[in-house]
Amino acid sequence: MTILLQNAIFGALVGGLYGVAAVGLALAFGVLKMLNVSHGELIMLGGYLSFWLFTLWGVDPFLSLALTAPALFLVGAVLYQGLFSRLIRFPDEEKLKSSILIGFGLALILQTLAILAWQADERAITTAYTGQVLRLGTLVVPISRLAAFALGFVALGGLHLFLSRTDSGRAIRATAEDWQAASLMGIPVRRTYLYAFGLGSALAGVSGTLVSIGDAISPSIGLSWTLKALIVVVLAGLGSIFGTFVAGVLLGIVESISAFLLGGVYREVVGLVLFLLILSVRPAGLFGRN
Amino acid sequence: MRRGVVAAALLIAVLAAVPALTSRTAVVTWLFLVLLHAGIAQSWNLLAGFAGQINLGHAAFFGLGAIVTRTLWLGGTPVGWALLAGVSAALAAGLVIGAPSLRLRGAYFAIGTLALAEILRITTGNILPEVSALSVAQLAGYSLMPRYYLALALAIAVTATAWALAGSRFGLGLIALREDEEVAAGIGIPTFRHKLLALLVSSLFAGLAGGVFAYYHPSFYPAFAFNPLWTFDALLITFLGGVGTVWGPVVGAAFFVLVREGLALRLTELHLLIFGLLFVFVVIVFPGGLMEAASTLARRLGSPAKAKMPRIEQG
Repeated sequence: MTILLQNAIFGALVGGLYGVAAVGLALAFGVLKMLNVSHGELIMLGGYLSFWLFTLWGVDPFLSLALTAPALFLVGAVLYQGLFSRLIRFPDEEKLKSSILIGFGLALILQTLAILAWQADERAITTAYTGQVLRLGTLVVPISRLAAFALGFVALGGLHLFLSRTDSGRAIRATAEDWQAASLMGIPVRRTYLYAFGLGSALAGVSGTLVSIGDAISPSIGLSWTLKALIVVVLAGLGSIFGTFVAGVLLGIVESISAFLLGGVYREVVGLVLFLLILSVRPAGLFGRN
Repeated sequence: MRRGVVAAALLIAVLAAVPALTSRTAVVTWLFLVLLHAGIAQSWNLLAGFAGQINLGHAAFFGLGAIVTRTLWLGGTPVGWALLAGVSAALAAGLVIGAPSLRLRGAYFAIGTLALAEILRITTGNILPEVSALSVAQLAGYSLMPRYYLALALAIAVTATAWALAGSRFGLGLIALREDEEVAAGIGIPTFRHKLLALLVSSLFAGLAGGVFAYYHPSFYPAFAFNPLWTFDALLITFLGGVGTVWGPVVGAAFFVLVREGLALRLTELHLLIFGLLFVFVVIVFPGGLMEAASTLARRLGSPAKAKMPRIEQG
């Protein structure tokens, strides 16, 4: 029982990061109706940024969040302006399909660039507090992962406040609801798209940093993170930031418990099977609003 | 039309004669790779180009064909029977997993098939973790010729299928549903049956391409045959050449293998970068690919060659 509980704790801590990754993907999807399947590669970039800041200048990964988030916002803004903005007036179906194709190509480009720049090796950040744990009776909780989980939660709280309390945030939500009405109300829709895509990418940067704190990163981690984010979005639907976070935590718990019961190699498969099951039950509108 | 057939027959005759004309293994290997990639790409094009269904899990069908063929062939089954079994496995997979996933529309079909292929890749890697290599005796008796002719047969069969499809009632039905599924259903096209049939033909040829790869490659990890890179190659080649055209995947494959083999000698990763950039460029700026570029060029120069391109409308 203790082992099961211990696994659930580890799973929940990783799952919080799935939640943050998924909110970034869902934000861009909900507003632009585009699916950026290179989201995982943006996470990878965020992870590398933190890794190098730590390795070269000793910047604590938690502090480097203040740099990775804006840096990835910029990357996202450039990608949006250069590529995705060209699809914006396509019919919905065509737009979604083309965005997937562009993301697919982009994933290859970013992954190859990362290999050329930093080799295919795995990298990990080892700080003074890496490996320290909090003891709760017989259970252990790694402190750095707990802090990463908490920071992810705080970042989403910040996003929630931004979307509900500020004009720019309300503009993003209005555009997600109905871009034509938003445009008639005087909301600069194109700029709003840019912000939404940038914010989604900034969240990828945050996820990347948080991933680099607890796990090794390498140029090829992108696809599996994109899939994780997709699974969580499908589980949670669109429209609720905290619902998505909870779904991420649940996926993490399910993964680690099934990995414990079935063997670690099936960790990845469980989530994907779940994903297909939900897809087959809701074939038309899996990203339906709650 | 007749000139197109004559040109195709000539091309086939030249390709069939190549092994007799040159003793250089490099040339034959290069052509083998072009034919294999043309086969994979064309099989993807059958479903995506004509019916508009973006299958991001194409590697699953290729991989199934590859491991079934490989396992039986290395186990002593004659290669013909092994290939047949590999193709059947891919077909069965098309029926069992493809049919439900075709209920998903558009983008959801794309990500659903991507997830499916990943499940198969990971599971294969778990069940068959050992590298699959030819024995010393098999290597001693290894000859490129049968592999080459098999790949040629694959490329001819799948391209002929695309060609027959482009002019057929069934093919026109697929194009109609690609453009607008609801309208197509409205005018009496059985859209699900059409899509399923297209998927089955596509998975059949993908499985055969996998079988050819399994028969050709001296040693590979079984999970490698399920690598999403195979799907990506198919997409890339098809889009570069011209998605939804009969000759696009063939032209794209020649270009792809030429650039890849040319660059791989110097910098292994560089070709991936170039293809990624080209792909994004084609999707955004030039959705017709090389075939469209060629016909535009022909029109600009006022050449009558433009009429020869057996292409259909872009989606």
